[in-house]
Amino acid sequence: MKVRPASAQGHGRFWVGLLPWAWMLLFFVLPFALIVSVSLSTPELAVPPYVSPFAGTAVDGASAFRPDPASYARLGGEVAALGTPGADRPYLAAYANSLLLAALTTLCCLVLGYPFAYQLARAPEAMRNTLLMLVMLPFWTSFLLRVYAWMGLLDSSETGLINQVLLGLGLVTEPLPLLYNTGAVLVGMIYSYLPFMVLPLYANLVKLDLHLLEAARDLGARPTTVFLCITLPLSWRGIVAGSLLVFIPAVGEFVIPDLLGGGSVMTIGRSIWDDFGPNQDWPMAAAVAVVMVVMLIAPIVLLHRHGGRAGSDE
Amino acid sequence: MSRGGGWGGRAWMVGVYTFLYVPILCLIVFSFTAGEITTRLDGLSLRWYAALARDAELHAAVLLSLRVGALAATAAVVVGTAAAVILVRAGPYPGSRFFVGMMSAPMVMPEVVVGLSLVLLFTHPTLAALGGRGVTAIWVAHTTLCAAYVAVLVASRLREMDRALEEAALDLGCPPLKVFFVITVPVIAPALAAGWLLAFTLSMDDFVLAAMLSDPGSTTLPVLVFARLHHGLKPEINALATVIVVVVSVAVLLVNRLLLAPPRTAGRSAARAS
Repeated sequence: MKVRPASAQGHGRFWVGLLPWAWMLLFFVLPFALIVSVSLSTPELAVPPYVSPFAGTAVDGASAFRPDPASYARLGGEVAALGTPGADRPYLAAYANSLLLAALTTLCCLVLGYPFAYQLARAPEAMRNTLLMLVMLPFWTSFLLRVYAWMGLLDSSETGLINQVLLGLGLVTEPLPLLYNTGAVLVGMIYSYLPFMVLPLYANLVKLDLHLLEAARDLGARPTTVFLCITLPLSWRGIVAGSLLVFIPAVGEFVIPDLLGGGSVMTIGRSIWDDFGPNQDWPMAAAVAVVMVVMLIAPIVLLHRHGGRAGSDE
Repeated sequence: MSRGGGWGGRAWMVGVYTFLYVPILCLIVFSFTAGEITTRLDGLSLRWYAALARDAELHAAVLLSLRVGALAATAAVVVGTAAAVILVRAGPYPGSRFFVGMMSAPMVMPEVVVGLSLVLLFTHPTLAALGGRGVTAIWVAHTTLCAAYVAVLVASRLREMDRALEEAALDLGCPPLKVFFVITVPVIAPALAAGWLLAFTLSMDDFVLAAMLSDPGSTTLPVLVFARLHHGLKPEINALATVIVVVVSVAVLLVNRLLLAPPRTAGRSAARAS
């Protein structure tokens, strides 16, 4: 006899579900609504440094909603001034820099990571776990300290490690200015995000049916044709998942541009950080964040639909 | 190119591994310098390890990070496991699709945005009861981020679990809650352990959330390291990095050997998931 009324199980699930629902609504969804609300408020010298759009009270006693679109107007003004030469557009420049850096990082990680993941997937089975662990190991050690390692490697003085080597070999006579520029940030981003590209690609390529490749070769297809017509289309999901897993966080990256870019490389992450910290303009920081999230919605939905599963396997 | 790859393929692999490991090896080598410069070996010494051992500020930061990491990982396993049970076992209900999105969003949302949103929550005038910025705020942020990762890990284990075990226990009259703790938890234990460790590592390593949510009394290790990187470089940081690399390598080896013993299961789950 089954002593398990369906409603009892339903009740159990309700109580189990209550915890994650409540937690995520309170600590993820509500804070996000607050960003939108603060992005429509007026900055002020106070604690916290803004006047909420809900602060005003209408005559009849009910609270009124008075949004202040000034922060968005500033972003819109920069877009409107696109035609004017010489105009100062710090936020627009930060968005452009971030998108460009993220795109370049994704491309370089793909070019570097695809052949690597392919080899990893074809390695003898006994070695695969060890090789895979060697990819993950740097990822487990402190992210900040890995970026710090590049500060020493790229240092622009004659004690910088790469400069020491170049000077020692007589390839250059003056130390090269390697640190605190876009190139340094790009190298740091590729270094930090490469595992996010390799793992989904590997998870995908390891399942590739080698008989298909053999069959194509036996029928006379050239290696490039086999790759373009079979390997590439079959690994498409892995490519999309890996690229999005690199691109999305790279757009908002703060630490790497800050430590390796010096004052020269402004990104959205740094712009939000500066408005939140030194500039104390929280409404502006919130507006910049809202616009960034809107820009990222399409890639996030794509990751969810298309490659989310391949990416979350590992 | 078929098996093992040709010369080009091997060289490519060696190149990528070199790219991944040379910076870390450099950090380790120069931690043994006797001089003040972080990129030159002016004689060998352990003086920077001695400095590390005397650094009280750093010890306090490490202790705080370990505490926040352990608390956040534990909370994340509770929240994430409950979420995974709902994700896998509850059929479609109003809002179930929203729940899937909400649970996975923290993994892809840029950290600066998550950090800013939680600062706005914890400093909101009407929510003063939350206690403002500080250790609790950092713990909440880390739990939210890590619960998403735990949910993914536990959900994939739940999906491949043989439900007949639970059905049998239920049919024999065991109450559902007892079934969960006596049958389900032991079966998904490897995923719970892996989730806890992943959450602990993520929390220990997080800078952006901790920095935005910290007050003067809550300096975690990454927050302290970041501040020091901005105030001049010292080989002491190299010594710290070396200690972390050694500890993490030993831990990863041990975990791989002991905890996550059957590696074939992981491979199979990956293959089955898509």
